[in-house]
Amino acid sequence: MENDILIRISGVSKAFDGETVLDHVSLDIHDKEFVTLLGPSGCGKTTTLRIIGGFETPDTGDVFFDGKKINDVPPYERLVNTVFQKYALFPHLNVYENVAFGLRLKKTPEAEIRKKVQEMLAMVNLKGFERRRVTTLSGGQQQRVAIARALVNHPRVLLLDEPLGALDLKLRKDMQNELKRIQRETGITFIYVTHDQEEALSMSDTVVVMANGQIQQIGSPEDIYNEPKNAFVADFIGESNILDGVMLEDYKVKFSNHTFVCVDKGFAKNEKVDIVVRPEDVDVVAIDKGMITGTVTSVTFKGDYYEIIVDVGGFKWMLETSDHVAPETTIGLFIEPEAIHVMKKSEYSGMFGDYSSFSDELEHLGDPEEEVEE
Amino acid sequence: MKFLSRCYIGLIFLLLYVPILVLIVFSFNESGSLAEFSGFSFMWYEELFNDEEALSSLMNSLILAVSSSVIATVIGTFGALGLHRMRSKYVKGAVNTVTNIPMMNPDIVTGVSMMLLFVAVAAIVKSQSFFGFGTMLIAHVTFNLPYVLLSVMPRFKGLDKSLSEAAQDLGCTPARAFFMVELPEIVPGIISGLMLGFTMSLDDFVISHFVSSPDFQTLPLYVYNQTAHNVKFSMYALSALIVVVILVILLVVNFAGSVGSRKASKKRR
Amino acid sequence: MRKTSLFQKIAAAPHILWAILFIVAPMIFVLYFAFTDAEGKFALANIASLSQYGNVFVLSIAFALIATAICLVIGYPLAYFMSRQSPRAQKILMVLVMLPMWCNLLIRTYALMALLDNGGLLNALLEKLGLHKVSIVGTNFGVILGMVYDFLPYMVLPIFTAMTKLDKRYIEASHDLGCNGWQTMTRVIMPLTVSGVISGITMVFVPSISTFYISQKLGAGKIDLVGDTIERLFQNPSTYNVGAAISLVMMLLIIISVRIMNHFSDDERESGHGKSGKGGGIVP
Repeated sequence: MENDILIRISGVSKAFDGETVLDHVSLDIHDKEFVTLLGPSGCGKTTTLRIIGGFETPDTGDVFFDGKKINDVPPYERLVNTVFQKYALFPHLNVYENVAFGLRLKKTPEAEIRKKVQEMLAMVNLKGFERRRVTTLSGGQQQRVAIARALVNHPRVLLLDEPLGALDLKLRKDMQNELKRIQRETGITFIYVTHDQEEALSMSDTVVVMANGQIQQIGSPEDIYNEPKNAFVADFIGESNILDGVMLEDYKVKFSNHTFVCVDKGFAKNEKVDIVVRPEDVDVVAIDKGMITGTVTSVTFKGDYYEIIVDVGGFKWMLETSDHVAPETTIGLFIEPEAIHVMKKSEYSGMFGDYSSFSDELEHLGDPEEEVEE
Repeated sequence: MKFLSRCYIGLIFLLLYVPILVLIVFSFNESGSLAEFSGFSFMWYEELFNDEEALSSLMNSLILAVSSSVIATVIGTFGALGLHRMRSKYVKGAVNTVTNIPMMNPDIVTGVSMMLLFVAVAAIVKSQSFFGFGTMLIAHVTFNLPYVLLSVMPRFKGLDKSLSEAAQDLGCTPARAFFMVELPEIVPGIISGLMLGFTMSLDDFVISHFVSSPDFQTLPLYVYNQTAHNVKFSMYALSALIVVVILVILLVVNFAGSVGSRKASKKRR
Repeated sequence: MRKTSLFQKIAAAPHILWAILFIVAPMIFVLYFAFTDAEGKFALANIASLSQYGNVFVLSIAFALIATAICLVIGYPLAYFMSRQSPRAQKILMVLVMLPMWCNLLIRTYALMALLDNGGLLNALLEKLGLHKVSIVGTNFGVILGMVYDFLPYMVLPIFTAMTKLDKRYIEASHDLGCNGWQTMTRVIMPLTVSGVISGITMVFVPSISTFYISQKLGAGKIDLVGDTIERLFQNPSTYNVGAAISLVMMLLIIISVRIMNHFSDDERESGHGKSGKGGGIVP
């Protein structure tokens, strides 16, 4: 594995006007990998991308490309191309000329340019759009032109900065599939920046979760979801009930006034820990069969399941169940050992409360439209 | 209501245009009377075209307008570039305010202030024939500058920073990126600044009045001198010509504009 | 990419140098001449002598205010009615407003004078109809008429631009909330077009108060405004100093009134553009 590392970021820090944006970030990116940098706005993911692209130089630390240090290599000499956040298509050029831009600079023969541009436009499903002005295209079409313009140069790495952020939901799903297909077909390494966890989980080989200028966790989408390293990752990726617990001994953890059997070990005796239980991993059972009991406070129909909020001794759990439960009824909760994930305490412990004030709308409001970094 | 509002529009425009229309009609009047139209004639136009002074002042006006607008556009465009990249908001604001003084001030104040400068400099270098093309050029460049800045500055401000980055990403050096993707975005502003400066210069009378000399007379100055005392019918002819020329230009710019831009976009391909 | 190259640093240098030499320095010379006598010694005599021009100032301010007010009263409804025509009609009307603006002021003033003069077409027609001749040229009314005629387009254009930029949904919303036509006008349209009105007022008031050609032609030399006074004083080197003092006072007067005016507009960007409205519409 060690020798197919394409990009190595080692101990990189960056500050703008005295404000630290990246704090000793180290990351290896393998050849032909689809890596996603995921995090809330201001977490440093775009800055990381811009350092790889050559638009920013790290204050400390080094960036290696294929084993060679590239800290001071300008963007135009890097074998990396970028799909910009708002596409940055050249408004004075048409679709064809935008895509041909990089090839023209390399003095590619005209016949070859024509062939490559046509191929690329076919790949992004924009055949016949050659003569169109880019300003007359829809968001999705502009997106495809931006991808074609970058890919036509056959970069070793393609950087994508929230490329789907401006598209509507339906289009976003289609483009996700298409990007994945393009990545497979071309075998080019993709480094993808997003704040949308769903996007990250469904597209990536590797997800890098970032917050406050630091990497919180690197892993496959399954690892990130099933084995979050700390409360931040657990909260940011999917829905989760995060509780305070005590590790009594290996395979035994106590929370919600009940001692559960779990699959985790290696903690100190009586160590305080964070517990994550995903809503879909809790079974609703009769009161006498439950490990703990609680009162249903709200029920929301979600199509293929019900989302219910259950008050267990003052802590509001979120559960997903396929059976209807009436509000105000008392139910039992049953949790399998595999469903309990135990995490070490971290700086993020206690920052994420229960679901007592939860609403979809609030979640949505908190969702930033775009990254405002620097 | 619709009818009344149309009547109102019609009435005001009628009043606005009556003097101009009368002037055009009477420029063809053979008798040289303002009161009665006695017969159609081109005689005043003939007189105008045989007037050496009129033709040379037209020539002077064109030379001055072209040179002053080009100089102002070059200085102002580089100025806008420099101001755009300037870090200090304080200096930026100060330069902007100062540049706009000729635009905010009444022309007469700009005119006399420049005249006083030239008078003082002439006294220092003890020159007799100091006023002329040079002083006119300086004055015209000065009052064109704010208009150039006004047209070009928003283009710099509106530049998408990632355009230059995208070009660099695709293999341009920063300097090349400026010429290949940023300049085309700014050019429309430069052209409108140039056009604005050209017309302002062609049109100016008040400022020129204070910084000119009899050896270098522009068309507005010539009109002023000719109309100072008595009525001259060749001025009617000249005015009529100017009105028609401006009307044609305005119509072309406003109504052929859409056709023109479509053509331009085709040509680029 | 936050580095500024040497080229970018010196790019503004010629501009700044030009502004200092030919904008700041002339202003300093106005100050210098205003506070010195003919020998170049410090003197307050010029400022003191301004009192004898008091009535000239009063007359000029009054004329400019009246002309501006008339332009506003005529121009605001005109701009409003224009903005409610079809897009094609709007375009034609726009050209018709701009045509006089692009014609030289001398020509327009001269045309108006020729029409209204004693031997002009208007009086010839009146005579034919057996009516009395009216003498307009050489009267206060004639001068104000000249200002209104010359500067009305400068009032209409910025207001019209503000009207067309006005989102039609505001008007619909105000009707929806129960405003009748007049209430919509006073409570929604007028407040939202204030910036256009302010720049219109500036663009009429400033040239009106400083004109000398209009008063020369339509006042037949009988009416003396500040502009005429300045123009005359600068004919003769011995009166440059008084002329500079008057120019200085006029400049301050205008700066103060524009400042006060801009205070009423919450949108600083739109107002205070001075004479820049001429560029409107023709710029590609």
